[in-house]
Amino acid sequence: MNENTTVRDAVEQEYRWGFVTPIEQDTFSKGLSEEVVRMISAKKQEPDFMLEWRLAALRHWLKQTEPNWASVHHPPIDYQDMSYFSAPKKALKDLSEVDPELLRTYEKLGIPLAEREALAGVAVDAVFDSVSVATTFKDKLASLGIIFCSFSEALREHPELVRQYLGSVVPHTDNFFASLNSAVFSDGSFVYVPKGVRCPMELSTYFRINARSTGQFERTLIIADEGAHVSYLEGCTAPMRDENQLHAAVVELIALKDASIKYSTVQNWYPGDKQGRGGIYNFVTKRGECRGDNAHISWTQVETGSAITWKYPSCILRGDNSVGEFYSVAVTRNVQQADTGTKMIHIGKNTRSTVISKGISAGHGSNAYRGLIKVLPGADHARNYTQCDSLLMGAECAAHTFPYIEVRNPTAQVEHEASTGKIGEDQLFYLKSRGLSGEDALNMIVNGFCKEVFKNLPMEFAVEAQKLLSVSLEGAIG
Amino acid sequence: MLYIKNLHVAVEGKPILHGIDLYLRGGEVHAIMGPNGSGKSTLALALAGREGYDVTEGSVNFMGLNLLTMAPEQRAREGLFLAFQYPVEVPGVANVQFLKSALNARRVHQGLPELDAMDFLALVKEQLLQLGLDESLLYRSVNEGFSGGEKKRNEILQMLILAPALAILDETDSGLDIDALKIVAAGVNRLRDPQRAILLITHYQRLLDYIRPDHVHVLDHGRIVRSGGPELAQKLEAQGYGWLDDDLQQTIPGEETRP
Repeated sequence: MNENTTVRDAVEQEYRWGFVTPIEQDTFSKGLSEEVVRMISAKKQEPDFMLEWRLAALRHWLKQTEPNWASVHHPPIDYQDMSYFSAPKKALKDLSEVDPELLRTYEKLGIPLAEREALAGVAVDAVFDSVSVATTFKDKLASLGIIFCSFSEALREHPELVRQYLGSVVPHTDNFFASLNSAVFSDGSFVYVPKGVRCPMELSTYFRINARSTGQFERTLIIADEGAHVSYLEGCTAPMRDENQLHAAVVELIALKDASIKYSTVQNWYPGDKQGRGGIYNFVTKRGECRGDNAHISWTQVETGSAITWKYPSCILRGDNSVGEFYSVAVTRNVQQADTGTKMIHIGKNTRSTVISKGISAGHGSNAYRGLIKVLPGADHARNYTQCDSLLMGAECAAHTFPYIEVRNPTAQVEHEASTGKIGEDQLFYLKSRGLSGEDALNMIVNGFCKEVFKNLPMEFAVEAQKLLSVSLEGAIG
Repeated sequence: MLYIKNLHVAVEGKPILHGIDLYLRGGEVHAIMGPNGSGKSTLALALAGREGYDVTEGSVNFMGLNLLTMAPEQRAREGLFLAFQYPVEVPGVANVQFLKSALNARRVHQGLPELDAMDFLALVKEQLLQLGLDESLLYRSVNEGFSGGEKKRNEILQMLILAPALAILDETDSGLDIDALKIVAAGVNRLRDPQRAILLITHYQRLLDYIRPDHVHVLDHGRIVRSGGPELAQKLEAQGYGWLDDDLQQTIPGEETRP
């Protein structure tokens, strides 16, 4: 393998999801103000409490400045130069009303929407720009008391649940991007799994940014009531454009006593071209709270897209014996930047957390792991194990690790392991000398590197993630 | 089978091999012996197509093909196999997955159907048994945490499964105790076949007690300075490599080794 060809080829391959759907859209004019927030809320016929919450968030946001501590660089974002709402023009009631153009889009993306996908056994909520276009399997889930719908619908049908839990993990004052999201979020997914119910299928949301000059601000709220179990997956893509688009989502997970939530992300937003023009700024706040004893929250993420990724899926381990997990694969190539990691906040006794982070950098990509392990005084016998491994491909990429550890309880046990390695010429040659092509050899090595993370993904998505990774690194060796 | 003609190889601009001539016919076992730094491993790696081992002169014909224009994976698929002196660890990749991918890459190239998991396992388990390896080895990451002996036996396992036309063993005997050596030698002997050639690269004569070569060549300072039968290996064992230097003063290197 020649390193120069590695870098050049890794840089030159194409993004395959970059098409635009020609569809009539209702898009707000650019700019952000109280009026815009009121318009969004009115458009969605929201209850008053929601509008008040949004306005409080906006007022707080106006007083904040953008955080600058992350290991990423970008020109200033003009928040008045983007639109905060965009939706397909036709109002939708069910699948049969979905614009065929939109269905074709999701088909192209391989997202199962129609009934024929019933076999896939995955319930999907699809968010196209700002609104949720379709949710499958709703009836089957409803028979178990499971609510899986768009956020807008949840506000209409279950306002009391939304009101009880919204902002209880990520308050509207949490951080700059979370406040922005709280003010203008347009849709997202809502899940409620009642006491003792084990959700029989994977729930999935697929996010797609289509319109130009729009930001996507979705909000996901998942509640697992006592003893409930749910596994949820989100995927995302966007068209190729030469402008940067902002995606500032918020995800809140609440696991009550004995409940468990598994949240998996396969993020493949448009990363920009090889010079770094265009691409999505993925500034996302994700946090879960193990609110009751023995609760369990697990985050798994495979991040291959976006120009810049800034996200730290975290767990607040409040209940005694609760467990938090974070498994991450982040790939940066061309001039992509990622600053990602997690926070594990140990509050309850005997709380346990595991962090496995795998960063892969190629081209001029920059990849940072940033993690906080915090053990509060009451968290007797808390335990954490953190492992951060970086794999470098080529000579011009970078990997950083920023572990923060704060322990205020002497019985806590915290372990941190880190490694950085270059993709081995020896390994590549060894596999090639057994008849494997250069690409197969590279895929095998990279998949091996990521195995500990992939094994935590639901089976069919693990296969998807491996494919995505191989597409991402296609042509990466000469 | 393999016809090496006036092969010159440089590594990072430094000439290592200065005109190697070697001719292996099907069914033959050749041993290449020589002191450390004589260029034995360079020969092995250049034949396998390792990048950075630049052929500056000469030609290599392998079963009618111009070996030197072929990528490492093509050489492997055509039936060239190198058992590494230092087998490489590949974390997270199960040995069984690696073995199966390798075999199927070769089978596809040969126009044969890929083996499914059941047939493959049946094949591999039989070989494991013969090499005295535990089945658990299949599910561990390739060479990761293997003992030195396990690594070498894993190379032989790959060789037996891939059933190459030409097997090159680069110091497979080093670091093996006598029992492991016997097992490895038995594996190699099982592979002996009129359709196959084997090139043993070794520092010691010990391996040749168990795998009897048809021809022995002595490599020194990048040249083949002696060729003969098995008795040459015994002379080396008895007298070391020292006598070659004195002898060399009177011979033109490589002259007597032309096939």
